Order: sequence, then structure tokens, then C-alpha cells
Amino acid sequence: MALAIKAVNLTKKFGSFTAVDSISFEIEEGRVIGFIGANGAGKSTTIKMLCGLTKPTSGEALVAGFDVANHPEQVRQNIGYMSQRFSLYGDLTVKENIEFYGGVYGLGNSELRQRFEWVVEVADLKGRENLLTRDLPLGWRQRLALGCAVLHHPKIVFLDEPTSGVDPVVRDKFWNLIGRLSQEGATIVVTTHHLEEAEFCESIIMMHLGRIVVSGSPEGIRKQFADLPLFEIETSKPVEVFNLLESEPWISDAAIFGGNVHVYAETGDPASVIEQVLNKNGIAKYTITKAAPTLEDIFINVTRNV
Amino acid sequence: MKRVLHVVKKEFLQLRRDKRMVGMLFVAPILQLLLLGYAATLDIKNIPMVVCDLDNTKQSRELTEHYVSSGYFKLVDYLDDINDIDYYFRSGKAGIAVIIPVHFGRDLLAGRNPQLAVIADGSDSNTGGIGLSYASVIALSYARNIVVQRAEKYGLIKSSNDLPQVIAQSRAWFNQDLKSVNFMVPAVLVMVLMIITTMLTSLAIVKEKEAGTIEQIVVTPLRDSEFILGKMIPFTIIGFIEMFLVLVVAVYFFQVPLRGSLPALLILSLLFIIVGLGLGIFVSSVSKTQQQATMTAQFIIIFPMMILSGFVFPIQNMPKGFQYITYLIPIRYALEIVRGIFLKGDSFSNLIPQTLALLAIGTVVLSLSIYTFRRSLR
Repeated sequence: MALAIKAVNLTKKFGSFTAVDSISFEIEEGRVIGFIGANGAGKSTTIKMLCGLTKPTSGEALVAGFDVANHPEQVRQNIGYMSQRFSLYGDLTVKENIEFYGGVYGLGNSELRQRFEWVVEVADLKGRENLLTRDLPLGWRQRLALGCAVLHHPKIVFLDEPTSGVDPVVRDKFWNLIGRLSQEGATIVVTTHHLEEAEFCESIIMMHLGRIVVSGSPEGIRKQFADLPLFEIETSKPVEVFNLLESEPWISDAAIFGGNVHVYAETGDPASVIEQVLNKNGIAKYTITKAAPTLEDIFINVTRNV
Repeated sequence: MKRVLHVVKKEFLQLRRDKRMVGMLFVAPILQLLLLGYAATLDIKNIPMVVCDLDNTKQSRELTEHYVSSGYFKLVDYLDDINDIDYYFRSGKAGIAVIIPVHFGRDLLAGRNPQLAVIADGSDSNTGGIGLSYASVIALSYARNIVVQRAEKYGLIKSSNDLPQVIAQSRAWFNQDLKSVNFMVPAVLVMVLMIITTMLTSLAIVKEKEAGTIEQIVVTPLRDSEFILGKMIPFTIIGFIEMFLVLVVAVYFFQVPLRGSLPALLILSLLFIIVGLGLGIFVSSVSKTQQQATMTAQFIIIFPMMILSGFVFPIQNMPKGFQYITYLIPIRYALEIVRGIFLKGDSFSNLIPQTLALLAIGTVVLSLSIYTFRRSLR
């Protein structure tokens, strides 16, 4: 399979601060890739370097086969980019925005008409073509922005935090649209700090403090970290159990989920150690089970030790 | 090139939606014209005057009469006490005071040299200075009349013409009546162009930075040069429309004579517009918000340039160092061009140095601005 993106030792420094620290990765054509990480992990900076919005301090990146530093124009012909700020003109109508971006991408009249219909359909904007985009609800605006960013059928679509600040229903609709683009053959690179969105990606790259900490398919990563000492304690007194365990030095993380307590226990034979603590403190009814780690658990685990 | 047209079209669409901006585009220049044409007159008329006549003779009253009938002064009050002048100056009720001392009339008639005190409120140095010199000229001419009258009376001369005198036959060329309107209104044309081009271009670009749309533009195949050109074309067109508007009002309403070549005016204005656009692009590369852009354009570009341009303050009155700086101020040349074409009837051939200067400044400003702007994008 051909590579859509290849980055080698890509680095971006802002003064003495290293935003992206010599990362290397390869992304195959046609995949949906998620960059996951907290704010400031370096996801957006990485995407901006790949789009040619900011120059790498060192290292190189090939996007659609072209070097971003030396052939930015060819790169731009082949990519679509949508930032978290929805780059639409609020004082233009839906129609005018589509026509402007279509024109800038050099679409011919018939192609523009066809893509116009397509955007209006996928963004659910039939009958709203003449509304100013600033008057549209966020969810529509967001899908329109994506539509405008892919008018020219780019091979690679970069989406920087596309779903920040929208409700789950809107987010689902947006991911449906991403799925549709993927089916049409585009490579999708999306950044997010919503870990549940990682499940929509075929492959994820977790970043922390400018470095890649884990990468792979969600399934693969979960398998890789299946041995994490995560335990779920089912009990009728979750608050007491939480308070008891939280202060133990070998518990590096504890949280209450509904009626259950999740703990991350770094000790030999954790199940029996937990049992001892609970028994000693007079908690009788409970069941301890080994829990499969979620991506969130894994993310917290890998970033804690960096 | 087709992509540039899409940017131009988009700019006009956005402008059309911005009702306030459209209003500003057409109201602001007219307002400026009216203000500068009427209110900002440098002509001295009706300076409020107080007279402290301690003499109270026929001569002292005649002198006062001379002052009033000259039209330059307006008599506000007669004072008995010279200490009252202070109050009139402090309250701004008078700008000039004349003190006619005791024995003024007697000394005058006796052929001695009577003294006269003329005091001006120097806090308005322009009016004060001009008022003082008018006041002494009027006093001199009054004294001369007395001399002539007496000489006639004693039969020394038959008429005032027999008295030898040097007469300066003064003419003001190009603006016979020395009307400020003729001087100011063409200058407003320059100011309007400057403000439209610098201010609006910078706002139009910074607005995209603020909204984040510029990021989207940068990732499209649209080249930086195409984007900049697409931003410049609309404001060049608007600048031209504004110029016509101001031109029509200047010629038909203010009756400012347009003696020189209209094609020269149009073509050289285009040159000046390009300088202004360059400055606008420069402002937008150093600003992140529209507020910053407005402040930068106003206080760092337009205001200092206006002061150094000779718009109001004559360049030859400035200290030497500042005079050299004015050579770098594009408005200086634009003013010379516009005033020259309007009043002196200049055409291209008279304006070659100014044209070359603008061309040089324009080239440097535009290329530097585009360079810094492109750098600011990435």
C-alpha cells in the first residue's frame, strides 16, 4: 500500500519550547488516522506542519509524495484542511462560501455545480443556501466547513479538532461525513482530545509533550496493554472503598464509575492485596475483577510515566 | 488570474454586507471635506479684541475705529483698567488687546512718537502672531494718514500722492484670494485616499486573521501574491470612486479651480493609492486584531505622516532634521502633486521629481510589505 504521509524526525520549536519533538510516522493511503492527546501535546502543530501552515524547525515530511518544505504548492493541491475555528466567511451565504472556495480551488463550472449539490446534501443545507453562514447552528457550519475544505476531492483531509464544542448528536453526524469521505477514498487525519472518538479511527497516534507515546489500531493498542493492572471493584459502598484505596501508595490511580471503583494497582498480586485492605477495614460485600483497559486508561497510563 | 477574481468578488460581497463600512466609505470623505473646507480655515477674521483706551481722544477713537473696520478684529469690549485684560484672555473672550496710553492723541498731533501696546494671546500662536502683525500695520497706516492730513493742512503737499512712499504691489499667484479652501480641499483628496487605502486594506486582511479564514486560504492553492492582489484591487477601485466623489464636491461645491491636467491627477493618484495599499499590507502583517490594526494605522502611519507632510504645517518652518524626514513621507509628494495640479495648473512635466519619489517609495513600501506579510502568514 502506498504511503499518504511520511514524517521523519519532524520537529517544531517555538523559541526554547519544543512543541513537536522529532517524531516519525507513516500513514497509509485511505486510512482514517487519529492524533490523540491533551491540549498542548503537539497534535495541531504536527498537522500544521503537514499542511504547510508552519515550517518545521527540522526533519522532513512527505505529503501525497511531495516534500512540504520544498513543494508546498503541490502539497496544497492534494490536501484539504479544516481548522478548529471553521474557516468560513460568516458574512457570506452558504452558496457564496462554496462558490468562493470552489473558485479558489480552480473548479470548472460544471464541477462546481456538482460539488455544490454534494456539499448541500452532506451538510444537510437544502433550502438554506442563501443564509449567512454566521446564522447557521454550529453543527451545520462545521459540516459546511468540511464540505468547503474538500471541494477539490483532496487525497488527504486534515481535520484539526473538528468536533470541539459540539454535542454528541452533532458529533456523530460529523463522523458519518468523515466515514463517507473515507469511503470515497480519501485519507483522513483528525486530531481530537475526545478519546471515545479514537474508536472511529482505524489507527491512532497518541501524543504527549511533543512525542508519540503509543500508536496502532485501537484494538491492537488495547491488546498491547491488556496486562495493565486495572481492577474493577463492585461494591455497595463505593465511596468508602475509594477513600480506603486511594491513599495506598501502590494505587496510582482510582476513580468511581457509578457503583464501581476502578483502580490501577502497581503491586504484585494486586487482587489479593486489595482484598486484604478491604477485609481489614470491615468491607464485606465486594467482587474484584480484572478490567480490560480502555483507551483512556491506556492514555493515562502511558502519559503518567513520561 | 481567475483565482484573483474570485477573491475580488468575495471582497465586494463582504463589503456590501457591511452597512457601516459602506456608510463610512461615503460619509467620511464628505464629512472631512466639509470640516476641512469650512471649519479648518487658516484665514484670520474677526479676532475678538478688547481696547483699553486710557487716552479717550478723537485720535484714540479713530484708531479703534480703524481696527474694527479692517474686518480682522471684532471689538468685544472697552476696558478702563489694563488689569482686566487678564480676565478676557484667560476666559478666551478676547485674543488680542490694544492699550492706548494717555497723551496718545496729543503726542501724535505734536509729531512725537506715541507708544501703543498690542498684546496677543499667544496660546494660539498662529492667530496671535498674525493678529499682532495686522494690528501694527493698521496702526502704521493710521499714523501715516495723520501725517498726510497735517501736511495737507499746512500746505506742504497738495495731496497724499505727493508724499514719497514705496508701494508693494502684492499678488498671490495660483490662489489670488489666498483662500484656505483652495489649499485645504485638494489636500483632503490625499487624506481620503490615504485613509481608505491604508486603513481599509489593513482591516480587510486582519479581519481574516481574526476569523481564522486566512489559515484556510493559506492551505488552498491560492498563491500569496494572488491573495494580496485580490485584496488590493477592490480598494484601488473604491479609492478611485472616492476620489471622484471628492473631486466633484471640490470642483462643483467648493469651486476649487482644477487648472491642471486631469489625466495626470488620476494617474498620479493611482501611484499614491499603491503606496497606501502597501502601507495597509504592512500594518496587517504586524497586527493580529482589527483594533491593533486601527491603532497602528492611525498613530504610527497616518497621524505622523500627516503632520510631516505639509498638510497643515509648512515644511520650511520645521527644524532641518525633520525637513529631511519629510522626504520619506509619501503624502508630502502627493500633496505637492494634487495642489500643483489643482492650483498651479501642473501637468506631468512639472511633477517629474514628485512622481519619481512616489514611484521609489511605492516600490520599496509595497515589496517590503508583501515580504513581511508573507512571512507573517507562516
